[in-house]
Amino acid sequence: MVSRAGSLPRYMLQRLLLVIPMLFILLTLVFLIMRVAPGDPVSATVGGQLREEELERRRAALGFDRPLIVQYLDYLGDVARLDFGTTITDDQPIMNIVKENGGATLTLTVAAFAVALFLGVVFGLIAGRFRDSAGDVVIRLLGIATYAAPVFYTGILVKMLFAGNLGWLPPNRATSGFTESDVDEHTHILLVDALWQGETEAVVDILEHLVLPAATLGIFICGIFVRLIRVNVLQTLQADYVEAARARGVRESKVMRSHAFRNALVPVVTIIGLQVALLLSGAVLTERTFEWPGIGSELVRYITLRDYTAVQGIITMFAVVVVVISILVDIVIAIIDPRVRY
Amino acid sequence: MNDRMEPVVSVRDLRVWYGTERGAVRAVDGVSFDLLPGETLGLVGESGCGKSTLGRGLLGMLPEGAQTDGEIRFKGENLRTVSRSRLRDMRGPELGMIFQEPLTRLNPLMRISEHFEEALRAHTPGISKDTVERAALEVLGLMGIPPTRYRSYPHEFSGGMRQRLMIGLALVFRPAFVVADEPTTALDVLVEAQIIRILHDLRREFDTSLLLITHNLGIIAEACDRVAVMYAGKIVEVGEARQVFRDPQHPYTRELLRSTISLSTTGLNYIPGAPPDLTDPPPGCHFHPRCPDAMRVCEELDPIDQELSGGQRVECWLHGPDHLIGVDGRDRLRVREELSVADEA
Ligand SMILES: Nc1ncnc2c1ncn2[C@@H]1O[C@H](COP(=O)(O)OP(=O)(O)O)[C@@H](O)[C@H]1O
Ligand SMILES: [Mg+2]
Repeated sequence: MVSRAGSLPRYMLQRLLLVIPMLFILLTLVFLIMRVAPGDPVSATVGGQLREEELERRRAALGFDRPLIVQYLDYLGDVARLDFGTTITDDQPIMNIVKENGGATLTLTVAAFAVALFLGVVFGLIAGRFRDSAGDVVIRLLGIATYAAPVFYTGILVKMLFAGNLGWLPPNRATSGFTESDVDEHTHILLVDALWQGETEAVVDILEHLVLPAATLGIFICGIFVRLIRVNVLQTLQADYVEAARARGVRESKVMRSHAFRNALVPVVTIIGLQVALLLSGAVLTERTFEWPGIGSELVRYITLRDYTAVQGIITMFAVVVVVISILVDIVIAIIDPRVRY
Repeated sequence: MNDRMEPVVSVRDLRVWYGTERGAVRAVDGVSFDLLPGETLGLVGESGCGKSTLGRGLLGMLPEGAQTDGEIRFKGENLRTVSRSRLRDMRGPELGMIFQEPLTRLNPLMRISEHFEEALRAHTPGISKDTVERAALEVLGLMGIPPTRYRSYPHEFSGGMRQRLMIGLALVFRPAFVVADEPTTALDVLVEAQIIRILHDLRREFDTSLLLITHNLGIIAEACDRVAVMYAGKIVEVGEARQVFRDPQHPYTRELLRSTISLSTTGLNYIPGAPPDLTDPPPGCHFHPRCPDAMRVCEELDPIDQELSGGQRVECWLHGPDHLIGVDGRDRLRVREELSVADEA
């Protein structure tokens, strides 16, 4: 018999220690990819506008004249201190961008994730329960179509329909402008601040702006949830323990609720770690499509400015977020599924 | 057992067949038997002869595509034809099933307590956790599971303990009829003995009638009052376990007993040939191609159920009825040597 005592904390510690090698690999990749690009960051950003001596001076100031290995170690050291660097074009610490625009991105991704999970669970359960019915086939097709369709395409479609033709919802931006002035900033998450201060009008305004981008991004990532939940429901409904439950007279509706639903959620949680990467990349395009003032919009702006350090800093920050969330997810799974904790 | 007792389960001419591309697999082919209150009936036979199909068929737990005919009388109702919802209500409180593989029969994400709560709530909505716990701990105590393990997860138990949990989950309702389909086949020998003892002691505690499916004759001797021997979808012999073991009346039973390894046998006996294809079983007695005593009549006419003086029932032309056997009906089909030659060919 396996001793249970203390095994969960030990498992958590193991997972947490895994952060180090995972981050190391990711950061190395980010660094290499950024440096493989021809030219150096300074000439890429402001080359042609300044004289060679001035470029030289700036390279030296930003440390780009040092050997690559030194820059690399320096980069790792900075990240370890949660310093993601400073933009070249407007001399902003990346951490400032995170603080100023992170709230919008967080709001969007959390809302989109909730949309995806809701759609995934509802359609996954229906498709799994009524396998091979017309509903199942339609749901499966939609699952593939939404995943295959680019976010900006879906985004423009829903914008045209709900903001354009029907005029129900605002097409762009996170607020109508008046909201920011009504709400004092505390958390940098506008929705939370507005709720906290009881600004009903502001909350409604924020939510109205959130619907279309969150739905667009949610629909984009929900396909995987739908398929995953469907397959798991199918498997669970054929599982030996479900047959045993039926042999005790347990109703089919109860089987769906307590066996199929619960067991289908475990793999969903498992892929959340992977989904975060997809969610963030989707968020970049969604923010761009809806002029959403998040980190993704900033990233796109800096890419067009060819600001290497800004791009590298933001991507590094994304990498850290992905790693941390996937580790947290592992721990959550261990809490839900007792078998994992060996 | 008292002959005048009303049977709990009374099966008459039950047939189950599976539709396949090759035609209908007649897995249960006209089976009749009675099961008395508190009685344990062993069901033996080579694998593939239809034991599981019969056990599942009795409880309406056949896979989709299986068809049935005949009668399964249980407390005044025909289980074969009752509605699905009626059957669901009876599963648990009246009818129980114990499966072969205990390792996969418990939901890994649910505590043992949750399994009991789910089962009891299915039939008594709103029953309190305390009431469930009291009932569960009582039955688990009888299974030798300590109360401290009530809130454990399935993976924290060994295979033998999980099978005892499964038995507990079936017996907590005190059902009148339980089918146990090879409950110990997946377990090791020591655990097997333990489980068999628990099943054997059942009737004292629960007054449950048990159909115990197994291919292990030792288990039958140990735990069963009566035994039914199944071959190719039919019950060929049924009677008091001790009586059948001492004096088997059907050649198949005899060969099956002879092929069992025991300390007193020298060398290994086995029944030559293989069980027939159930989509196209041989005419007459299904066993006649492998039977050392086969007669001409055996390949021509289906054998007829005969009750012998010892109370055994047997379907074999050796026991008549004589008036149906034609003039040269009793001519031997073959001598033993021919059989083995045919088998080698
Ligand atoms: N779902 C099914 N579909 C088709 N044939 C089946 C199915 N289940 C069992 N059979 C066939 O029915 C016969 C009896 O099987 P089974 O009842 O499992 O025998 P046993 O339990 O005695 O080993 C076998 O020939 C088997 O191949
Ligand atoms: Mg079987």
